[in-house]
Amino acid sequence: MTDETKRDGAFAASGGRPARVATTTAALDIAIKYGFLALLAGLIVFFSVMSTGFASAQSAVFILQSVSITGILALGVTATLVVGGFDLSIGAVATTAMMASAYVMVVLRGDAVSATLACLAIGVIVGLLNGFLIVYMRVPDLLATLGMMFLLVGLQRIPTEGRSIATGMTLPDGSVATGKFSPGFLALGRHRFDLVVPDLLPVSVVVLLTLAVLIWFFLEYTRFGRLMYAVGSNARAAQLAGTPVNAYRIGAYVISGVFASIGGVMLAARLGRGDIASGNNLLLDSVAAALIGYAVLGASKPNAFGTAIGSLFVGVLLQGLTMMNAPYYTQDFVKGAVLVIALVFTFALSKTGKR
Amino acid sequence: MGRGEDWVVENAAFRIEGLRKSFGPVQVLDGVDLTLRPGSVTVLMGANGAGKSTLVKIVSAVHPRDAGRITLAGQPYAPASPAEAIRAGVVTVHQNINDGVVAGLDVATNLTLDRLNGSGAGFFFNPRRVRRQARAVAERMGLRLDLKAEVSALTLANRQLVAIARAMAHEPKVLILDEPTSSLSSAEADRLFEVLDRLRANGVAILYISHRMSDIRRLADTIVALRDGRVSGVFEGPALDYEGAVDAMLGKKTSLDAVVVQDASDPVLRVDALRLAPGARPFSLTLADGEIVVVTGLVGVGKTALAETLFGARAPIGGTMTLDGAAYAPASTRRAIERGVFLIAKERTESGVVPDFNLYENISLPFLKRLSSFGVANRGRERAQARAQIDSLGIVCRTERDDLQTLSGGNQQKVVVGRWLSQSARVLILDEPFQGVDIAARRDIASKLRASARGRATLFFLTELDEVFEVADRILVMSEHTLVGEHRNSGVDSQRLLAEIAGRIGKAA
Repeated sequence: MTDETKRDGAFAASGGRPARVATTTAALDIAIKYGFLALLAGLIVFFSVMSTGFASAQSAVFILQSVSITGILALGVTATLVVGGFDLSIGAVATTAMMASAYVMVVLRGDAVSATLACLAIGVIVGLLNGFLIVYMRVPDLLATLGMMFLLVGLQRIPTEGRSIATGMTLPDGSVATGKFSPGFLALGRHRFDLVVPDLLPVSVVVLLTLAVLIWFFLEYTRFGRLMYAVGSNARAAQLAGTPVNAYRIGAYVISGVFASIGGVMLAARLGRGDIASGNNLLLDSVAAALIGYAVLGASKPNAFGTAIGSLFVGVLLQGLTMMNAPYYTQDFVKGAVLVIALVFTFALSKTGKR
Repeated sequence: MGRGEDWVVENAAFRIEGLRKSFGPVQVLDGVDLTLRPGSVTVLMGANGAGKSTLVKIVSAVHPRDAGRITLAGQPYAPASPAEAIRAGVVTVHQNINDGVVAGLDVATNLTLDRLNGSGAGFFFNPRRVRRQARAVAERMGLRLDLKAEVSALTLANRQLVAIARAMAHEPKVLILDEPTSSLSSAEADRLFEVLDRLRANGVAILYISHRMSDIRRLADTIVALRDGRVSGVFEGPALDYEGAVDAMLGKKTSLDAVVVQDASDPVLRVDALRLAPGARPFSLTLADGEIVVVTGLVGVGKTALAETLFGARAPIGGTMTLDGAAYAPASTRRAIERGVFLIAKERTESGVVPDFNLYENISLPFLKRLSSFGVANRGRERAQARAQIDSLGIVCRTERDDLQTLSGGNQQKVVVGRWLSQSARVLILDEPFQGVDIAARRDIASKLRASARGRATLFFLTELDEVFEVADRILVMSEHTLVGEHRNSGVDSQRLLAEIAGRIGKAA
């Protein structure tokens, strides 16, 4: 083959290609950007048609309620993902907060406010500790928060010698706990506001939506959120632009801890006892929701809106399958499949993922 | 260079002819000829981006070559993999010491590591045989180390010696060392030089890559200067022309007509008796309003240390600074920025751009506080500010909302420069701002900086002399963490300048 024909061949080959490449990349862009939202809408339509009663206000609220606690935790962990970290301790923070609130009310006979404050304090302290370990002790984020997770899982069992906390339980010193969950505290988990239909909107859903809007606004529109993203994307450049990088990283873990402890309060209020065995799935479910969020709107990065949609997606899918009589033991499989698909969307298909 | 070609061909251990390599559109090596003789040290000098590392990587078969002929003792040399290169007798010790040793293993295992992959290696690992082999290697090299010691416990110099000893276990004909002393103290370097002397006496052809003039004076039999992918000078003979080599390496622009030198007016920043490193001589420095000062010098002489000290990213050993008549001792980069001292750091991808941000978010990054009300970023103002910089620097993009990563390297650098020009500075520091930037973007940036120089002091740190003469009003020369010379950028005594850069003049002053 001479140079001349080679060049001709190259021309012929490239002649037809650019247009087709352009249309396929444009189609791919749209698929990446709106694929997950379209899939969510498709699922809702599908379940509404296939299962009577899915398309109702009660069902929608039920879905939101079922994802409210994992959603709150997922929003918190999003903050740590934004600064390029990770928080594996959120599940344990939530259950520790739950046990602490039960302990304050049932054993120490405290009121709802002191129980809630104790929980929030736990969230702040654990967040500061995580941040300290990661920033100043230079423990890698996954390992530091894994260690913290173990520590908290163990810690929450010590005051009651490994038993769940409920009114009438026997304490280690032989006496009987006589305190009760205060009605105000229980209302956090059980009260429903009227919205068009009486007794529709549970408090937990209101808390979830409020926190979602707050963290979304914080991350997207305030300078603090912007700088958190800068720290996550290029910490050295952020530092040379005058950002106090360490403070932002620690702050992210505090946000994560506080959100997880709010999740724990909601869990305690729903259960009405300090149940040692509950909350096993919190960590995996909420991390999955945050990671699914990467794929929403083709963001390819942690974002609060995506996390909220990710939680909702899992909730819709599980509720729909349950109403179609899918057995409960398939739930984790379905969640795992959704997560894997979302991760492929994020890392293999999107442009930023490729780099 | 003057010797007969025939003699060279017959005795050349290793001969490279017409070597070419490009990465995409960038021609990194543009026809390099290089000859290494047995029992001789050839020093390769070149500024950043001259193509030294690419040359090393092609010879050690990490990268394939585009064109060119390489022969080893008259035979064609074309290894397909790094392992094949080593088997052919060409051994490379790379710049990063820890690439050459496995820190978690002991010295003996490190010295014999390659044999574990060899064809003769059995299934079982015999520690006693390994130690016996290692002792033989160590003795040949004159290496006096505890063979059972873990490498992670050794000093950098000892690690470097282990890496070299490991390389020597292959009995190479050609040894390539890429900046082996960059992390060694001078005493440690002396030990390395003794080993190299022994290897030279044994007839090994050595290619030694370094910026350090003291190393070069100690070792070089021949100096080859590389510049923009071509050999720009070969120096040999009993009395080597070091200044000439530096000149050939850095390049020198003959016409200086573009620059109208400004005279200094009001002082903005004063630095008194500053010491950058233990044992370094203190120096003083004054930067004036409207003035562009360039600090030049070889790599590793403390230019970046000075830039970071002025910017509050590093604490000086001693000395005081005064900004606009008030004491200036920034505890953090944030404090420096608040006082109006901005740094455009070197290495854009590591220290400059935020890759996930779009263009306007990159520009507004340091000044978000000023662009926010009640903590909420004002995107309208951010975008207006970015558009102003896009226009004034000629950044090629569609809109200010483009992702940064869609921009070319030169345009990304313009974004970083635009970031720090978007608010007014008192002192603007630029550390190697033209690295990896094409010549057109470099001219745009330089002329913009000259045009906007009023109202601040501008301090560049540059290695390439072309660039120095292009932007400077005043040139300061740095060597061994102190300032050794000063020139006004008109009719510069280039002999003196080069001598200062090479560390020949100014130490005693």
